[in-house]
Amino acid sequence: MTQVAEHTDRAQYQADIDTLAAADTNDTLSALRDAGAEKFSEMDFPHYKEEAWRHTNIKPILKSTFRTHIGASSASVTTDDLAAHSYTKDGLVEVVLVDGIFSSELSSLDTLPDGVVISSLATSEASMDLLGELVNYTNAFVALNTALVQDGVCITVEKNTQVDVAVHILYVTTGQANTATHPRNVIVAGESSEFNVIESYVGLNDESETLTNGVCEIVVGDNAKVTRHKVVSEGASAHHLMTTQVTLGRDSRFNAFAMTLSGQTVRNELCVKMTGPGGHCDLNGLYLNDGDRVIDNALFVEHASAKCYSRMGYKGVLDGNSTANFTGMVLVPQDSQQTDSDQLNNNLLLSDKAVIDTKPQLEIFADDVKCTHGATIGAFPPELIFYFQSRGMDPLTAHGILTYGFAAEVVDAIEVEPLKERLADYVFTKYSPN
Amino acid sequence: MLHVNNFHVNVEDTEILRGLDLTVNAGEVHAIMGPNGSGKSTLAQALAGHDAYEVTDGTATFLDNDLTEMPPEERARLGLFLAFQYPVEIPGISNAYFLQSSLNEVRKSHGLDELDALEFQELLAQKMELVNVPMHFADRNVNEGFSGGEKKRNEILQMAVMEPKLAILDETDSGLDIDALRIVSEGINNLRDPERAFVLVTHYQRLLDYVKPDFVHVLYQGRIVKSGGPELALELEEKGYDWIREMNPA
Ligand SMILES: Nc1ncnc2c1ncn2[C@@H]1O[C@H](COP(=O)(O)OP(=O)(O)O)[C@@H](O)[C@H]1O
Ligand SMILES: [Mg+2]
Repeated sequence: MTQVAEHTDRAQYQADIDTLAAADTNDTLSALRDAGAEKFSEMDFPHYKEEAWRHTNIKPILKSTFRTHIGASSASVTTDDLAAHSYTKDGLVEVVLVDGIFSSELSSLDTLPDGVVISSLATSEASMDLLGELVNYTNAFVALNTALVQDGVCITVEKNTQVDVAVHILYVTTGQANTATHPRNVIVAGESSEFNVIESYVGLNDESETLTNGVCEIVVGDNAKVTRHKVVSEGASAHHLMTTQVTLGRDSRFNAFAMTLSGQTVRNELCVKMTGPGGHCDLNGLYLNDGDRVIDNALFVEHASAKCYSRMGYKGVLDGNSTANFTGMVLVPQDSQQTDSDQLNNNLLLSDKAVIDTKPQLEIFADDVKCTHGATIGAFPPELIFYFQSRGMDPLTAHGILTYGFAAEVVDAIEVEPLKERLADYVFTKYSPN
Repeated sequence: MLHVNNFHVNVEDTEILRGLDLTVNAGEVHAIMGPNGSGKSTLAQALAGHDAYEVTDGTATFLDNDLTEMPPEERARLGLFLAFQYPVEIPGISNAYFLQSSLNEVRKSHGLDELDALEFQELLAQKMELVNVPMHFADRNVNEGFSGGEKKRNEILQMAVMEPKLAILDETDSGLDIDALRIVSEGINNLRDPERAFVLVTHYQRLLDYVKPDFVHVLYQGRIVKSGGPELALELEEKGYDWIREMNPA
């Protein structure tokens, strides 16, 4: 059965690959697509028996057929549609892509400071030498993204440039049933630069089943600092799979926030490779799950150099019949001495039927290392609830406030104020008792 | 205001309070003293309504309401306040927000309008001044990372905001250095009112130098074995708890 389903699925993807190849677009991306198509033909989709995918139920994705949007979307999207998701009023630079294709009307690039270049992949020659250089084909979805890439965002930050204004990349899915988009981002921060980016994945339709299959490549140059925020606000019936691959130079710093708010199936895969001493990565995440949704965070940090620090701090709130999976793998090869690494995954279960599978993992071959890992799963202790009651609040109110507080801790660490405020409001509205 | 008669309380099927009687009227300050393990916290927690403390016999009424079947939050809304011996830490929730929610629940139950953030901020600033706690208490998460003394002072701040009719302070003085004790005592004294009563549960006489009680009770093995005026506290201080033990052989 699965075999047949997967075969059908591939046929549509293959048809779209062929359509793109046949189109006489003189598109600079075609070489990359060809390479991706070849890879895709060699790879099987992940199997649920594979450890890294064990809990991401991708059967619904494999069983459905998703037609890839070719060219600009026919759906019309206005600034009003985006109002709730846009940060232009807060002064952020904003790049908007509708169904995977760059929209110059909806984007606001006027306030872009010197030293930063933002371009649409489809029109940029410059991006070509960067694109695809970094990517590892960790699974067939990465190959599929590469085979069907039509557009995306390329950002380069010049050496010694400190970018004060955050850049917001907003991918909007209009939600035509059974369509797929394949977002692709490349971010390269030059030596000693500093850069903040927000990537939002927003679905405007809760009914139709869609697929967002993204790949993001990030290079943090020597002594540079990049803070990346990923916010998943997909439609209620949407699937979202994304692989992010990050390379850190020496003395560089990478801070990440992966905030998963909505979507039927969401998988955030984040692979970080620390290539020089003094590298520092701080990976934070929050996932808010309910209904019968599935959220998977799969993190892989490779301490390819000695003297690096990595931290993972992920928190989840699970309600209803939802499922979440956390895999945090830290690899420390033999030569990577003086490694320091912490992993923590805390989960709050609001329902008996919610399922969490958490696996902080370490593979250590060096001997001079300091690594900790841990996970907690639970509800609030009765003493805490009693404290609220003794102050006049009923248990329901107590649970709401405590849940908000649990999630707000991740949000509070965000430094881009408008984002922090909006997420805090979101969490508050979702869990607060009133 | 508070009438406790023949109060029996079990914890995990062990009888801890064994027929305790206590009457507290508006405006009075009662001190309850006793050696460790005598049941002081058990009394405080049972009156506040913690469900680990099972009332097996006797009665407790507060402002003519039967307490025994009443949920803790309703007791609090009626004006019963417990300052905890060991206040818990609440991650992610600021003191200001916690107190605002708390006060608004109480106000709602009395048919009063809720205070918005701005109105509450003003009120909180006044209360902080009244009990002499620093401004940073407002934005810090409830008790998180607080020192022992700061936690106790935070309980006093909560009391000031909630304006209870009856405040039971469970060893709020324990573990405080002399400066902190003075500040806490001043806070309590500033909240004294003819309409408000206090039950000061304490292990040490020291607090009573600063907050003058009307009555002192000695709790031992789950019963009040001796009651008197402030001089009883001094006598206890002088003779030690062994005096009580000798008078009440097991
Ligand atoms: N939650 C509890 N669980 C188990 N035993 C308890 C609990 N609370 C109190 N006790 C027991 O009840 C007795 C009285 O304790 P407590 O009321 O805390 O005394 P005090 O406050 O006077 O020191 C002690 O023997 C103590 O071990
Ligand atoms: Mg005690």
